[in-house]
Amino acid sequence: MRNRLTYLLIAVCMMFSSACGDGGAHTHGVYMLVDTSGTYAKEITKASKIINYLLATLNPGDSLAVAKVESRSFTEKDIVAKVTFDKRPSQATSQKRAFKEKIQTFAGGAKGSAYTDITGGLIQGAEYLNETKSGIKTIVIFSDMQEELGKGTVRDFPINLEGFRIVALNVTKLRTDNADPRLYLDRLSQWEERVRKAGATEWVVVNDLENNMESILATR
Amino acid sequence: MADLKSWLLWPDNPALSVFVFGLFAMLFLYAARKPMHGIIHSTCTLISHSTRLVSRWLFLAADNMRQHNQSVLFTHAQEGEAVLIEREFERVGELIRKDMQEFPALQRKMLEEATRIEDDYRKCGIVPPPPPEWVSALESVAKIKSGGDIPRKLLEDIHKSIQKIHDKTVAEFRRSYEERHKILKSIQPAWRTVEKLTGEIDKKMVTLHTNAKQIDTHMGTFEGIRNKDSKTEHALTMSSFVQLAISSLVMAIAAGGAFINYKLIALPMSEMVGASDYITSSLKTSEVAALVIILMEASMGLFLLESLRITQLFSRIAGMDDRMRRRLTIISLSFLIILAGIESSLALMRDMLIADKASLMRDLASVAPTESDGVLSSIPMIGQMVMGFVLPFALAFVAIPFESFVHSLRTVIGAGLVQGARGLGVVLRFVGLLFKRLDRVLELTYDLTIVIPLMVERWVTMLRAGSPTPRSIETDHTDDTALTKSRRAA
Repeated sequence: MRNRLTYLLIAVCMMFSSACGDGGAHTHGVYMLVDTSGTYAKEITKASKIINYLLATLNPGDSLAVAKVESRSFTEKDIVAKVTFDKRPSQATSQKRAFKEKIQTFAGGAKGSAYTDITGGLIQGAEYLNETKSGIKTIVIFSDMQEELGKGTVRDFPINLEGFRIVALNVTKLRTDNADPRLYLDRLSQWEERVRKAGATEWVVVNDLENNMESILATR
Repeated sequence: MADLKSWLLWPDNPALSVFVFGLFAMLFLYAARKPMHGIIHSTCTLISHSTRLVSRWLFLAADNMRQHNQSVLFTHAQEGEAVLIEREFERVGELIRKDMQEFPALQRKMLEEATRIEDDYRKCGIVPPPPPEWVSALESVAKIKSGGDIPRKLLEDIHKSIQKIHDKTVAEFRRSYEERHKILKSIQPAWRTVEKLTGEIDKKMVTLHTNAKQIDTHMGTFEGIRNKDSKTEHALTMSSFVQLAISSLVMAIAAGGAFINYKLIALPMSEMVGASDYITSSLKTSEVAALVIILMEASMGLFLLESLRITQLFSRIAGMDDRMRRRLTIISLSFLIILAGIESSLALMRDMLIADKASLMRDLASVAPTESDGVLSSIPMIGQMVMGFVLPFALAFVAIPFESFVHSLRTVIGAGLVQGARGLGVVLRFVGLLFKRLDRVLELTYDLTIVIPLMVERWVTMLRAGSPTPRSIETDHTDDTALTKSRRAA
């Protein structure tokens, strides 16, 4: 009788210990690029809402990082806040609160940049998410997708986004787009072509932030 | 269409091609008539024999299974009935022991009452002394011949005295009757007590009688089981079906309770084992852990009831000595209490986690926090905690319907298998019979396709024989029959 109980307990412990390493494949990693260049900087309140949505939706064990897109974005310095949520729900909730505080501080003092280096941000995001070893990796670009590179910034080389989902959020129309919509459409198709060529599994454009927020994250 | 034409001998003339093809086919089929008949016959015989064999085996297997089921059913029922009879005898013994213990006191009380009644009765029977024999004196006075004043005065005095004494005696009688009435009145409670005592005895006798009746019924069933009565077997099988239905229902209700239990602890378990760990692609470790806790509670409940001898699923536990069994009872009860405590605290944690998450959601949505209602808002939390503590104990009692389920399921499955084997046996026997007759049908159908060559053959045979007599046709038919018989014999 005692032996049976001991075996049962050992089996349960073994089951738990063996299960501990299988978490990565189900976790979600999200890297959000927030465009702070020019007129787009005023959209930062919308970005805060998106981040709040992500905080509410992501689960313990998931990772989230928010970075700003500046003149040269391939740097850790542009990461405003990053976190891998604890496996315990109570700790994850505390981390989410702290993350929200950080974002609020950032949103209060965001400054516009001269250029927009989206590609650099993408490479940085891919690096970060690869390090987190998340199962589902999503890079969210909160921008008008108009890339403007400064002098000496080289980004015309193939990038690797193998296994990534790329979500373009709130892609606003520029004044020139209004005059010629083809510019807008071409811009989006060029980006899609580029990320797909880089190996991205999915390209999603979400402009209706009121009703289509759930498209940002893939279902597990 | 082009493919079809490529098969034609003369693509330009399909009718001729089909005709020639048909002719060749007919000739080929005619040439292959005897081997084909043989194949048809052999195949049909093979199938027929095989199905009959399998059918016979199935019937035998069904009989064996039935016998086995019967012996298991009777053994189990015999054990159950023996326990019931034993219990009834224990009850009767208890009743008799208790009553016999009380009986001397009761008897003494009744004797006392009877003595009292008897005394009172005797007292009632005392008659006051009769008046003096005045009558004889009067007679003597009356015999005095000479009249005069003296006898008259004497008689008057006597009359006065008699009157006086009469009045006194009457008064004495009245008083005496009054006393006797009083005595009789005082007997009333004694009678009532006796009546009450008799009533009590009656009641006990009725209980004893009911128990005796129940023992009779059980003994009847027991006898039926011992005699392997088919009526008893049928009754026991039906009882198993009913038991299975009832225990399934109770277990379904218990499963509902277990599900609620699982829901209570699945979320807080993620706080202990991690919310992002998965065992398989869709199975969270926390959910499995919650399930394991519930199953452990059920197991502990099972061990508890086993050690209390309420259920008897494990013969090892039932065979333990009392000291060991008591230890097991204490251990399993302790585990159950610990698990119930854990579950109760997990229920509390669940509530806290949900409240924390709701607060975060409000923060993220920039909504002002709602004011709490104090005691009212804590009712769900208290309810969850109580449920978390009580449900494991409720779950422990699943062992009783589970035992019933296991025992009755065996009988029901056995009965189902017997019926299934018999049904399959009948179907296979029918198939065998069908194939036994089918070979002739197939042979005749085959002959129908080569009817022209057969007619020619018959015509040639008739020409060779001289004249077409019915005899020759009959012989032909007889040959066919003989051939079939020889094939069958082969």
